[in-house]
Amino acid sequence: MSTAQDRRKAPAGERVADWADGRLGIYSLAKANMRKIFPDHWSFMLGEICLYSFIIIILTGVYLTLFFHPSMNEVEYHGSYVPLQGQLMSEAFASTLDISFDVRGGLLIRQIHHWAAIIFLAGMFVHMMRVFFTGAFRKPREINWLFGFLLFVLGMFTGFTGYSLPDDLLSGTGVRFTQGAILSVPIVGTYISMFLFGGEFPGTDFVARFYSIHILLLPGIMLGLVVGHLILVFYHKHTQFAGPGRTNKNVVGMPLLPVYMAKAGGFFFLVFGVIAALAGIATVNPIWVLGPYRPDQVSTGAQPDWYMGFAEGLVRAMPGWEINFWGHTLVLGVFIPLVLFGLFLGIIALYPFIESWVTGDKREHHILDRPRNAPTRTAFGVAWVTGYMIMLIGGGNDIVATHFHLSINAVTWFVRIGFFAGPVLAFIVTKRICLGLQRRDKEKVLHGRESGIIKRLPHGEFIEVHEPLSQEQMYTLTAHEQYEPVEIGPTVDENGVERKVKGSEKLRAKLSESYYGEGAQIPKPTAEEYREITSGHGHH
Amino acid sequence: MKKLSARRRHPLAAVVVLLLALLFSGGLYAVFAPTSKAEADETAQSLTIEEGKKLYSVGCASCHGTGGQGTSDGPSLVGVGAAAVDFQVATGRMPAATSQGPQVPKKKNVYSQAEIDQLAAYIASLGAGPAIPTEEQYGPQGADIAKGGELFRTNCAQCHNFTGKGGALTHGKYAPTLEGVAPKHIYEAMETGPQNMPSFPDTTLSEKNKKDIIAYLDAVNSSKSESPGGLELGGLGPVSEGLFGWIFGLGGLIAVAVWVAARTAKAKKS
Repeated sequence: MSTAQDRRKAPAGERVADWADGRLGIYSLAKANMRKIFPDHWSFMLGEICLYSFIIIILTGVYLTLFFHPSMNEVEYHGSYVPLQGQLMSEAFASTLDISFDVRGGLLIRQIHHWAAIIFLAGMFVHMMRVFFTGAFRKPREINWLFGFLLFVLGMFTGFTGYSLPDDLLSGTGVRFTQGAILSVPIVGTYISMFLFGGEFPGTDFVARFYSIHILLLPGIMLGLVVGHLILVFYHKHTQFAGPGRTNKNVVGMPLLPVYMAKAGGFFFLVFGVIAALAGIATVNPIWVLGPYRPDQVSTGAQPDWYMGFAEGLVRAMPGWEINFWGHTLVLGVFIPLVLFGLFLGIIALYPFIESWVTGDKREHHILDRPRNAPTRTAFGVAWVTGYMIMLIGGGNDIVATHFHLSINAVTWFVRIGFFAGPVLAFIVTKRICLGLQRRDKEKVLHGRESGIIKRLPHGEFIEVHEPLSQEQMYTLTAHEQYEPVEIGPTVDENGVERKVKGSEKLRAKLSESYYGEGAQIPKPTAEEYREITSGHGHH
Repeated sequence: MKKLSARRRHPLAAVVVLLLALLFSGGLYAVFAPTSKAEADETAQSLTIEEGKKLYSVGCASCHGTGGQGTSDGPSLVGVGAAAVDFQVATGRMPAATSQGPQVPKKKNVYSQAEIDQLAAYIASLGAGPAIPTEEQYGPQGADIAKGGELFRTNCAQCHNFTGKGGALTHGKYAPTLEGVAPKHIYEAMETGPQNMPSFPDTTLSEKNKKDIIAYLDAVNSSKSESPGGLELGGLGPVSEGLFGWIFGLGGLIAVAVWVAARTAKAKKS
């Protein structure tokens, strides 16, 4: 193809691309990834909400660092907010007031930063639940599930260290709360507290230390995890819901370029827009009315941001037990909630491994489950969320009490009982709803959709006309596979020697039975059943 | 003196000394005790008290007793002062309903200010107590707002929240919101400590301190206080922020996501 005409200079764009390809190898990269397919579903965009709000947090955070002074030196305030003039406060608080009132665009950026953080964490929670309830955590995505879980936990602590920086009365109370939790740890608690605060609370160091943690350490780790998370999404390819033409070996959707690039890019601006609108409309963390932190002051309604509200609830609901022995105090009223906090979060992180152990399934799964088709998992997830939400109510028990005209003691008792009874109840109810939905699906496949048309037969009988489903619909409703419960197997081998059955093996068989045994799932309609019903007399 | 000295062992000497001592201390009290008004309008004053007593027997006596001595349904009103009456009646808390919840709520006041003054005068006549403050005491002139904020956070915020939005107490009781409460009533509440509130007499919070606190509340929790960040969301802190963020923030974004996902370049159905 080399004619004289072609030897003319290539267009500028192509020459730049050539230059870059020679040094970065972008052509092969682009060839491999530009046609990457992503399936379309709104719930697959929850992760994007998190990613974009994370980017927005980083961008606005950089702006805030330009004006924030992470110092606890005492200064007298002489800025433009009148109700605090002449008050003594830390430089951190004074500079946050300056950002809010004297830096151009400072308050808007602060509020975008804070709202984006609230939405980031909320987005991660919902994204995590989406992955959980559709079973997207199954092989090969267990590690990516853990990455995501770590991002959520690190996000919680990045948020906590962030809202503690202004050194206002509310966040100072929160830091004191955290120090109390640290102190409740037997033996090492006091040492960790002294180490963290550079001596007695509050000292003069913690703002500067939290600052390094908040802007460098935690976001650094999170950025790494986000990159790893995305690389794994690319590497594993995206999961998809079952449907005609979709198998475990393909992905049906639109290519990254140009469709997804345009959609994702546009969606970034939509996310930015919604968050900016929120920040323009509603106040978040108005530190100017909270006042500077002083350990001798406190306000009612002192809650953490929502993602820490669960921990707050655990402490508020826990009776104030303590044990005294040999001059030492074990503050169970705080230590037990601290342990529960770790356990409760840990159980959901480890769930994928528990489930894969129960099923013994080592195959890869790229087709998502509908939540109803995995009743035990769905019920477990709903139970977990129920426990979480009840603890959130516990964290806001005073606000609930004043706004619903209830006794705070009654709310606390509701939370105490609800924390144990709520998840159990939610488990049972959810499982039953799932089974009901499975029955309905079976009914729909075998008898068709209820059309609402009533027909009167010549002999006077009334029947409702059922409209058969399309082939696609029927495929979608029956595409899931159903596990058989794991058997312990013969306890006696061919020579008649008795085999010792391990306890873990028995437990696994029992769990498997409860997951997939009789009554734990509705056998999906088979082709024979379908043929038998449709071949004969049409309606029942 | 000799005569007196000679009779100092008289059997009645102790009685005489006692009488003299009582006369002396009583006289001192009469001189130093706060006399409410000059004698000039004594008749007007007693008329007011008379009117107040009538109102009292109709509206209050069934619980507080015919002479304000208190019954099992209501505490004694001897010594509570005019300030307490003005606060309780003018905010509608008194007279209270016969069957109470955990706390007597604020409600519509049914008395005119003149009637409240009569009631207050009657109760004040039962025993000395704090008087109704004057405009000069609670008005905003010469108040230090910032100092008031500091005092508020130290003494009031633990029940009433940072800016006086109210908060929960035990067993259904609550510290009410201070929004829209008249400066006079805030002053009186601090002075008399109604219901669960501790009282802050002038020895604890000086007149100037109370003035500062009222000025601070006026600056941050009144119709004229500004909210530079936009909607206040109730001023309740992270609980309402979290709820707002979940519903309007994430909720809005999910709605946008659904919209974007529904509007895709779809492959043609064969």
